[in-house]
Amino acid sequence: MSVASTSKTKTAAQGEGGTSGRRGLPRGGRRREFTTRRGLQIAAFMAPAALFVAVFTYYPMVAGGQMAFRNWKLTDLTDTSWVGLKNFRDVFADPAWGTVLTNSAIWVVGSIVPQLVIGFALALWLRRRFRFRGLYQALIFFPWAISGFLIGILFRWMFNSEFGVVNDLLQKAGLIDEPIAWLADPKTAMVAVLIANIWYGVTFFAIMILAALQSIPDELYEAAALDGAGKARTLFQVTIPYIRTTLALTVLLRVIWIFNFPDLIFGMTGGGPNNETHIVTTWMIKITQQGDYGRASALGLLVVAALLVFAVFFLLATRERKRVTQ
Amino acid sequence: MIGKESAAGRAVKFTFLGGWLLFTVFPLYWIAVTSLKAPGDIFRFPLAYWPEQWSLENYSGLFGKADFGTYLVNSLVVATVAGATATAISMLSAYVLARFEFRSKSALLMAALVTQMIPSFIALGPLYLLMTDLRLVDNRFGLILVYVAVCIPFSTVMLRGFFENIPDALEEAAMIDGLSRFSALFRVLLPVMRPGIIAAFIFNFVNCWNELFLSVTLMNSDSNKTVPTALNGFISSFNIDWGSMSAAAVLTILPTMLLFAFASRHIVQGLTSGAVKG
Repeated sequence: MSVASTSKTKTAAQGEGGTSGRRGLPRGGRRREFTTRRGLQIAAFMAPAALFVAVFTYYPMVAGGQMAFRNWKLTDLTDTSWVGLKNFRDVFADPAWGTVLTNSAIWVVGSIVPQLVIGFALALWLRRRFRFRGLYQALIFFPWAISGFLIGILFRWMFNSEFGVVNDLLQKAGLIDEPIAWLADPKTAMVAVLIANIWYGVTFFAIMILAALQSIPDELYEAAALDGAGKARTLFQVTIPYIRTTLALTVLLRVIWIFNFPDLIFGMTGGGPNNETHIVTTWMIKITQQGDYGRASALGLLVVAALLVFAVFFLLATRERKRVTQ
Repeated sequence: MIGKESAAGRAVKFTFLGGWLLFTVFPLYWIAVTSLKAPGDIFRFPLAYWPEQWSLENYSGLFGKADFGTYLVNSLVVATVAGATATAISMLSAYVLARFEFRSKSALLMAALVTQMIPSFIALGPLYLLMTDLRLVDNRFGLILVYVAVCIPFSTVMLRGFFENIPDALEEAAMIDGLSRFSALFRVLLPVMRPGIIAAFIFNFVNCWNELFLSVTLMNSDSNKTVPTALNGFISSFNIDWGSMSAAAVLTILPTMLLFAFASRHIVQGLTSGAVKG
């Protein structure tokens, strides 16, 4: 990115026309006169998207952000005065906050690690053609068509303590004697939501990693084989280093996304039992439903702050990738 | 190429692949089987993995007492219109971001990324107030406007990846022949971009079809509810009627699953083209 951006500033400074500078088309001195027209073109093409996102996404977001510093309760709209950091203090003072934070960490790490490992294995094994590979890929793609909320419901039914199929299968296999009340105990409930999220998220990793694997030139493997490298060494010294940046990007994108993904837990446990499976974003839903928009906004800003840190990592990773390829 | 596979290696591989396939398909199978049992049989031991008696009672109940048809039509209209509009608008912005270099470009891309990072709940209150001012609360058109805005950032980034894979010699040739940039886009690029456009539309459609929280906030009356809102209503009352719920879930999943099956190759290409190429 650093290389690209220097050439970009140069292009802008010279006022070159559109794509021509980058592609080196011999248009010469005519470029300068087109600058205004080019600016108008860019503006006209961007305008509809910018308008929609500004009005229906950014305006409410900014308006919502400032609620974090106000006393903004649906129960009493006569007093929406500024209260400084009170909402943030309320967030931290809440006795449930510790559980919420711990759960968020468990939720992100406990989802990401298995998703990555299983997704990686799937990708490695899907690299070589076999019969029905196309069909196989289409089938394991299905979880992606379903909303997180509905996945929560599917698994809520399967983990049902009385009529759930999970208990039935475990009993048939002789692994448990008595049915487990999965969603009634915070520990097993957390395991259950993680299983549901792993079911959902592995595909994304498999797809991204498979695409990256297919970009590795065969010569690298041939060279490794000539050097007498075994399977494990080839994996750790050829494959993983080559796709490292894709791996990093995919993980960071997923961390942002999973952190911000209350839907599944909302559908599966609703944060229960006894508020023990809430993550930050489901907690935010609960507080919004209680009508305390101020405190919910404060939570939202905390999420944004945490995720901005990840965005920085994300951009650093992107930067490195561009430098490598140029 | 990637080294020879031993017989044991193949066994491990296909065991793993088979196991994962089973794990992936089973929840879908289970909800479908549940929905096709007679309501009483759902709660009968031993659990039937292949019911002796199939029944459509759960489905007929859904359309009888819960007016599920209205919700399906609402979702279909909202997701189709919003998905198509967002795709068309994103075509334009993606094109500019793929083909032009300008100073605010990285800021615009960052602005798109930020929308994905901020939990939508922070915007719900003000959005509700805004829609009240615009008289668009409990209005399908209003929901469509909001969904278009939700879809634009991601489908712009996705389509940009597709545009970048198309050599710009194509439209430059057309422009040398005297076409304007706009008509070059439509006459020359659109046909080549078809897989990308299909992928972006399906992605947008599925996102709108599945969206829950905005719809719960903005739609109040029963005749305007979308499917996810209705499903949410099924669980609000703590006693879930699993017969109706499973049938409703199957009807919700089926359309999006068919779309994904139809276009999974394009969608995979759309997801990976931006992130993986150098």
